[in-house]
Amino acid sequence: MKDVRTAPLCELRDMQKAFGGIRAVDHVSLQLYPGEVHGVLGHNGAGKSVLMKMLSGAYRRDGGQIFVEGQEAQIDNPRDARKYNIETIYQTLALADNLDAASNLFLGREITTPMGFVNDPMMEAETRKIMARLNPNFRRYHAPVAALSGGQRQSVAIARAVYFNAKILIMDEPTAALGVAETQMVAELIGELKRQGIGIFLIDHDIHQVKMLCDRASVMKNGRLVGTVKVADVTEDDLLGMIILGKMPEQAQ
Amino acid sequence: MTNTTPAADAKPSEPTRLKRNFFQTLELDTRMLGMVGAFLLISMGFQLLSGLRNSGGANPIDWLLNGTFVTPRNIFNLTIQTVSVAIMATGMVFIIVMRHIDLSVGALLAFASAMMAMVQTLVMPGWLGIPLGSSLIAPIAIVVGIFTGMAVGALQGWLVGYLTIPAFIVTLGGFLVWRNVAWYLTSGQTIGPLDQNFQIFGGINGTLGETWSWVFGAVAVAATIWAMVRARKLKVAHDFPVKPVWGEFLLGGLATVLIFGFVWILNSYDIPTARLARMFAARGETMPDGYSTGYGIPISVLVLVVVAVAMTIVAKRTRLGRYIFATGGNPEAAALAGINIRMLTVKLFMIMGALAAISAVVASSRQTFHSNDIGTLDELRVIAAAVIGGTAFAGGIGTIHGAILGALIMQSLQSGMAMVGVDAPLQNIVVGMVLVLAVLIDTFYRRRTGV
Repeated sequence: MKDVRTAPLCELRDMQKAFGGIRAVDHVSLQLYPGEVHGVLGHNGAGKSVLMKMLSGAYRRDGGQIFVEGQEAQIDNPRDARKYNIETIYQTLALADNLDAASNLFLGREITTPMGFVNDPMMEAETRKIMARLNPNFRRYHAPVAALSGGQRQSVAIARAVYFNAKILIMDEPTAALGVAETQMVAELIGELKRQGIGIFLIDHDIHQVKMLCDRASVMKNGRLVGTVKVADVTEDDLLGMIILGKMPEQAQ
Repeated sequence: MTNTTPAADAKPSEPTRLKRNFFQTLELDTRMLGMVGAFLLISMGFQLLSGLRNSGGANPIDWLLNGTFVTPRNIFNLTIQTVSVAIMATGMVFIIVMRHIDLSVGALLAFASAMMAMVQTLVMPGWLGIPLGSSLIAPIAIVVGIFTGMAVGALQGWLVGYLTIPAFIVTLGGFLVWRNVAWYLTSGQTIGPLDQNFQIFGGINGTLGETWSWVFGAVAVAATIWAMVRARKLKVAHDFPVKPVWGEFLLGGLATVLIFGFVWILNSYDIPTARLARMFAARGETMPDGYSTGYGIPISVLVLVVVAVAMTIVAKRTRLGRYIFATGGNPEAAALAGINIRMLTVKLFMIMGALAAISAVVASSRQTFHSNDIGTLDELRVIAAAVIGGTAFAGGIGTIHGAILGALIMQSLQSGMAMVGVDAPLQNIVVGMVLVLAVLIDTFYRRRTGV
């Protein structure tokens, strides 16, 4: 895959992770460019989530290197990843159900007063600002997120990733639990973030959606990388063939 | 314990949001109001029952007037009996919120109490040559006690957080270990009397007196109103919705009446004349004829107030508290947000240890000596208080004031039943049933409100 536009925003080089003898991620290398939506596809257990979790710091890698804007990045935990402006929207959303939207948005990065106390009014004000942009219908700022609908919860999770000026965004099936209108909203948001030059890794099972949203796609099978293709060059059937058979389409070889 | 938060849909809760009733306008927690209501009912019930026993008549008005439950004397006793359990219950809220449990608090209380008693009577006078009665003794003993509690808490927190042994097992072990470490250290002896300055934390041996109690009341009212005004200003500054002004005045007025009412009641419990005379004699004065004065607020209650305010601030206004609640709500999410849960667990148990030690100060000075059985069964009372106070075992939910109210309700039931002559086995049967009933009501309440 030659790309002369720019240097990669993020590069995963020879990434490895094993769980008790099973190679979940087996020598995988990927590049993500600014303003690119990069699909990461594969069956359940293909290793795509594990690969992304090594980038987000949720798992510690066994081997391999991560480069962010050309510099090697030392990512051993989620805090490290956030330092490199790598934000993740997990499939489970990773929200503390008992806390309200603002507390979740700023979890681990609270705004504090000069005395060191958490500044709830300030955080709520900031949350209102970003939500006005992402989900103007959102009103329930004081309810615990457990009481919110699936779409509202999703918008809280997205707001968290967007608010902190992500450069690299990992989205793990962001539309799996959403209705049609909300899925459309996420698609529009992805387009907007792309225009801002943010690089996005998108894990998705919906081939149709991948065709629509992604610039390139990497397919994994049994922990190995089958290959990376330009989405425009291949058909949906080609992508399915890569996922199911682990076979690269002829036109992309 | 898995995450059992019900996946509440937005649909049924939207209409309830629109239906803003009186309590919602005032932003009052209806669950909390229910507990206050239960407490008032219990108090009224025992007032009537004790009045019936005292008057024997058929007129309920006579019962009310002759009751001995709602009297300055009983309220005074009730508050000082509640303090030790209430202090620990505030810490147990954090523990249960983070989906752990601490069965060792009673034993830890005994250990801290033994350490403090030994420092006062053996280490400082005997080994360090500081004479008995020195004003250094009480503060150093208390520091040693709190350090002991925190050290044990840190050890247990490390076992739970870093070595991932379930808290139930670690603290069940602690339950057996710490009381017996205390026993071993003291050779099973009862140690007393404790230092005079130390004893002021015991309740009846240390009260503010009428004047200072009023001063305390005034400061508390001023602080409450200041906090309310400040909260409102902050909301206005950010254009958030605020309560109507009449609501603020109503709540502020209510808080003022409650605080001054509490002071007034404790001031109305007069110190017995003989005891007053001894106090004057101790100062080398003679008591004027017909002189009388009230006890006022016990120092131990002051300690509880300080602990409650501090713990509430930790829960609501610090990152530490925010992380404890977030971890209880969803440990995985907290970890992904970069929270160091292992270290947080160590801090959590250290807080509990420190609070157990503070309770040890109150409990041992209340009985004026250390004994091996001090704090026996307190772990169960503390857990019960936190749970009655609305702390959810599934984690993530609980309040400090709720736990204190829970401790007060339990103590009221216990003292009330003793007052009206309920047999000891029946007392425990009732308290046990109330505990289960409280959790049942809570379950229904949460299901209805969807939180």
